[in-house]
Amino acid sequence: MDQIPLSYYLILSAALFSIGVAGVLTRRNAIIVFMCIELMLNSVNLTLIAFSSFFGNPAGQVLVFFVMAVAAAEAAVGLAIIIAIFRNKQTVDIQDINILKW
Amino acid sequence: MYLFAPYIVALPLAGFLLNGLFGKKFASEKISGAIGAGVIGIAFALAAAIFAEMLASPPESRSHVVSLFSWIAAGSLTVDWAYQIDQLSILMTLIVTGVGFLIHLYSIGYMHGDPAFWRFFAYLNLFIVMMLNLVMANNFVLMFLGWEGVGLCSYLLIGFWHDRKFDTGGYAPGTATTADAAKKAFIVNRIGDFGFLIAIFMIFQQFSSVRFDEVFLKASAVTVQGDKTMFWITLLLFLGATGKSAQIPLYIWLPDAMAGPTPVSALIHAATMVTAGVYMVARCALLYALSPATMSIVAIIGTATAFFAATMGLVQNDIKKVLAYSTVSQLGYMFMGLGVGAFTAGIFHVMTHAFFKALLFLGAGSVIHAMHDEQDITAMGGLKTTMPTTYKTFFVAALAISGIPPLAGFFSKDEILFRTFAEGSILLWLVGWVTAGMTAFYMFRLVILTFEGTPRWGHDKHPHESPVLMTLPLVILGVLSVIGGFTGVPQALGGSNALERWLEPVFAKATEHLTRIHETSVTMEYFLMILSVVAGVAGIFVARGVFSKPERIGRVPASAWYRLLWRKYYVDEVYDAAVVTPVVRGSEKLLWRGFDVNVIDGIVNGTAKLIDLGSQQIRKLQAGVVQVYAVTFVLGILIILGILILK
Amino acid sequence: MNLEPIVFIVTGLVALVSAILMVTRRNPVKSVLFLIVNFFCLAVIYLLLRAQFIAIIEILVYAGAIMVLFLFVIMLLNMGTEETRREGKQRRGLFAAFLGTAVFVEILVGLRLPTGEAESGISTSAGQMGTVESIGKTLYTGYIFPFEVTSLLLLAAMVGVIVLARRKIL
Repeated sequence: MDQIPLSYYLILSAALFSIGVAGVLTRRNAIIVFMCIELMLNSVNLTLIAFSSFFGNPAGQVLVFFVMAVAAAEAAVGLAIIIAIFRNKQTVDIQDINILKW
Repeated sequence: MYLFAPYIVALPLAGFLLNGLFGKKFASEKISGAIGAGVIGIAFALAAAIFAEMLASPPESRSHVVSLFSWIAAGSLTVDWAYQIDQLSILMTLIVTGVGFLIHLYSIGYMHGDPAFWRFFAYLNLFIVMMLNLVMANNFVLMFLGWEGVGLCSYLLIGFWHDRKFDTGGYAPGTATTADAAKKAFIVNRIGDFGFLIAIFMIFQQFSSVRFDEVFLKASAVTVQGDKTMFWITLLLFLGATGKSAQIPLYIWLPDAMAGPTPVSALIHAATMVTAGVYMVARCALLYALSPATMSIVAIIGTATAFFAATMGLVQNDIKKVLAYSTVSQLGYMFMGLGVGAFTAGIFHVMTHAFFKALLFLGAGSVIHAMHDEQDITAMGGLKTTMPTTYKTFFVAALAISGIPPLAGFFSKDEILFRTFAEGSILLWLVGWVTAGMTAFYMFRLVILTFEGTPRWGHDKHPHESPVLMTLPLVILGVLSVIGGFTGVPQALGGSNALERWLEPVFAKATEHLTRIHETSVTMEYFLMILSVVAGVAGIFVARGVFSKPERIGRVPASAWYRLLWRKYYVDEVYDAAVVTPVVRGSEKLLWRGFDVNVIDGIVNGTAKLIDLGSQQIRKLQAGVVQVYAVTFVLGILIILGILILK
Repeated sequence: MNLEPIVFIVTGLVALVSAILMVTRRNPVKSVLFLIVNFFCLAVIYLLLRAQFIAIIEILVYAGAIMVLFLFVIMLLNMGTEETRREGKQRRGLFAAFLGTAVFVEILVGLRLPTGEAESGISTSAGQMGTVESIGKTLYTGYIFPFEVTSLLLLAAMVGVIVLARRKIL
C-alpha cells in the first residue's frame, strides 16, 4: 500500500464523529458534553482537510481555519455560561437544569 | 288612485313604528290613540277612494297589480312584494280598515288607564299591516307572510296582560296564564301553517310560479278536474285555513284566545284574522273548483264545526266564551258556503259577520268594563236600564246573527243555506238549519241573562254606560248590521244582488268548472227562507221561555249531556293526551336527553377530551433536559439522512 | 519504505482510543487530557495530509488554548468526579452506543465510498497548498470578508464571556 486512500480518512472521521455523538447523548457533566462537541467539530475538520488535500482545493483548509475560530469562540462563551449556571445552581449536571419544561 | 294602495299598508306601519319606538316617550294616551286610530282612519279613506274609482270604471278594468319591489329572486323563484287590487281584495280591505278603525276608536276608551297603552296600539297597527298584506297580496308567499304576521300579532295581543290567570285547556286548573293561551293559539296555528307551506311548495313545483294570476291561469289550462295533486294542494291549503279560521280539528285555540283584551277579540278573533282562511279559500276558488273532493270536505267540516261549536256555546257562562264559540260556528257557515261553491255567499257572510260579531264583542267589552272585569253572565242581569246604548246595539246584533230579516245576517246566512240545499246536500242544509236555531237560542240566552231580568250583581258593582268613544263605534256597527245585508239581496226578493255581481269576475273562472246548479224553483227559495226565519224566531222564543224564569239561571242540570257540553266534549283533554304529552315527553326524553345531550354534546366534549389527551402526550416532548432534545436531533438526522440515502 | 500508512494507522488508532477514553472517563480532568492526546493525533494526521499550517494551528489553538480554557474552568468550579449514576445507566449507555453506531453506519452508507479521482491519492498541489504562505494568500484575498467577520465574532465572544462570567452582571 503506497497511498492512503481517501476513504480511510473519511472512515476515521466518521468514527470520531459517532463517538462524539454518543458522548453528547450520554454524559451528564456539561463540560464533558462540550468536549464531545469539540471532538465532533474536529472530526469535521479532518474531513475538510482530507477533501481539500485530495482535490487540491484550498477552500477546505481556509474553511477549517474559520471553523476553528468559531469553535474557540463558542467554547469560550459556552464555558462562561456554565460558570454562570454553576454560580446559581452549584451543579453542572445537565439533568438538573430542567426548569424550561411542560 | 289604486297606485296609492301601498300607502294603505304604509300608514299603519308608520303607526306601529311611531307607537312602538316612541310610545313610551309620548306617555300620552291622547297621542298614542290618535296615531293608532288615525292611521287606520286615513287608510280606510284611501281604500274607500280606490273603491269609488273601481265602481266608476268598467268591470274589466277593475283589477290592478301594484308592484313595490322584487322581494325574492332566486333562480326560477321570483316573488315580488306586489299587491293585487281587485274586487275581492278591496272588499276585504274595506272591511279590515273600516271595522278596524271603529275598534281602534273603541280601544282608546277601553284601554284607558292601562300602563302599556302605547304598546297595545303598536301591536294593533302591526296587526292591520299584516292583515292588509294578507288580503292584498298578489302571490302566495306574500300572503303567507301576512298569514304568519297576523298569527304573531294574535300571540302578542292575546298575551297582552301576560301574567293574568286564565283557565285554558291542557293545563292544570289555576296554573295557566294568558301567556299559555297565547302560546296555544300560536302553536295550533303553526300546525295549520305547516299545511299551508307544503301547499305553497307543491304549487310552485306544479306551476313554477307563486303568483295568483299565473297559477290560476296555468291551473285552469292544464289541470283536469279531480287531479290528485290538486286534491292535495287544496286539502293542505284548507288545513292552513282550519288553523287560522278555527275549524275542526284546530279550533281549540279560539275560545282560549278570549284571554286577550276584548277589542282584540273583536278585531282579530271575530272580524278579520279568523276570516283569513275564508278569504284564502275564496281567493283560490279556481283551485278548489278543480278538486270537487276537497270542496266536499270543506263543506262537511264547515257544517260539522258550525253544529259542534253551537252546541258548546249553549252552556257557556263566560260572555266572551259564548261569543267565541259563536264565531267558530259562524266561520263554519262560511266554509259551508265555500264548500258548495257559493263563494260570494261565503264572502258575504264574512262581511256581515264582521259587522255584527265585532258589535257583539265590543258590546260585551262595554259590559265587562262596566262590571269591573266580571265576565260571568250568571252574575249579571238587568243591565238594560243602566247601559241602554250598549243594550240596544247588542240586541240588534243578536237579531242579526239569528237571521231575522231584514237585518244583515238574514241575507248572508240564508244565501248560504239556500245554496247548500240547491247544490245537492239536504243533510248539510238540515244541520245548518238546526244550527241556526241553536244560534238564535244561545244568543238570546246571552242577551237575557246579561241585560234583562233582575240584577244578580252585588252592591260593589256600579255599572254605567260607557263613554262616547266606546258607544259611537257600537252605534255605527249597529247601523251596518241593519243595512249591510242590502248589498246582497237575492233576486228572488226583488234585489239585484249587487255583491254577487261585484265579485263575479273574481269567481267567474272557478264557477265555470263547477257542476251546474240544479235550478231550484223560486217557491223553494221562499220556502227555505221562511224556514230559516222560523228557526231563528223559534230559538229566540225558547230562550225567552227558559231563561225568563229566574230560578233557571245558574242552575246546572245534572245530566251527562250537559257535562259533555260543559267540558267541551273533552277535546282539549284528548288532544293533550294524544298529541301534546307524547310530543313533549318524546322531545324531552329522546331528542333532548338522548340526542342533544349525549350525541351532540358528546361529540363536542369528546373532541375536546381527545385533544386534551393528545396534547397531554405531546407535551412530554418538552422535557427540560437538553439531552432529550439532543436525542431527538440525532433521531431526526438519522431519519432524514436515511430518506436521502434511499433516494 | 513508505512510512505514511504505518503512521496513519498508529495515529488513527491512538486517536480513536483516546476519543473513546475521553468519552467514558468520570474524572473531567482525565477527559481533558485524553482529548488533548486526540488533538495531537489529529495534528499528525493533518501533517500526513500536507496541511502544515492547520496542523500547527490545531495544536496552538485547540490543544493549547481551548483545552487549557477547559482545564481552567474545571479547576475554577472545583469539580470532582461525577456522582454515581442513577438507575437506568446501563440502558442509557447502550442506547447511546446504539445511536452512535447508527450514526456511524449511516454516514458510511451515505458516503458511497468514492472511487476515481480520489483513489489517486493526495493531489500534487497539496504540498504547496498547505503552507502558511499559501493559506495566507488565499485568506487575505479571496476570503477577506469572512476573515473580518470572524474577527468581529471573536470580539463579540470576548465581550459576552466577560459579561457572563462576572459575579454580578453589570
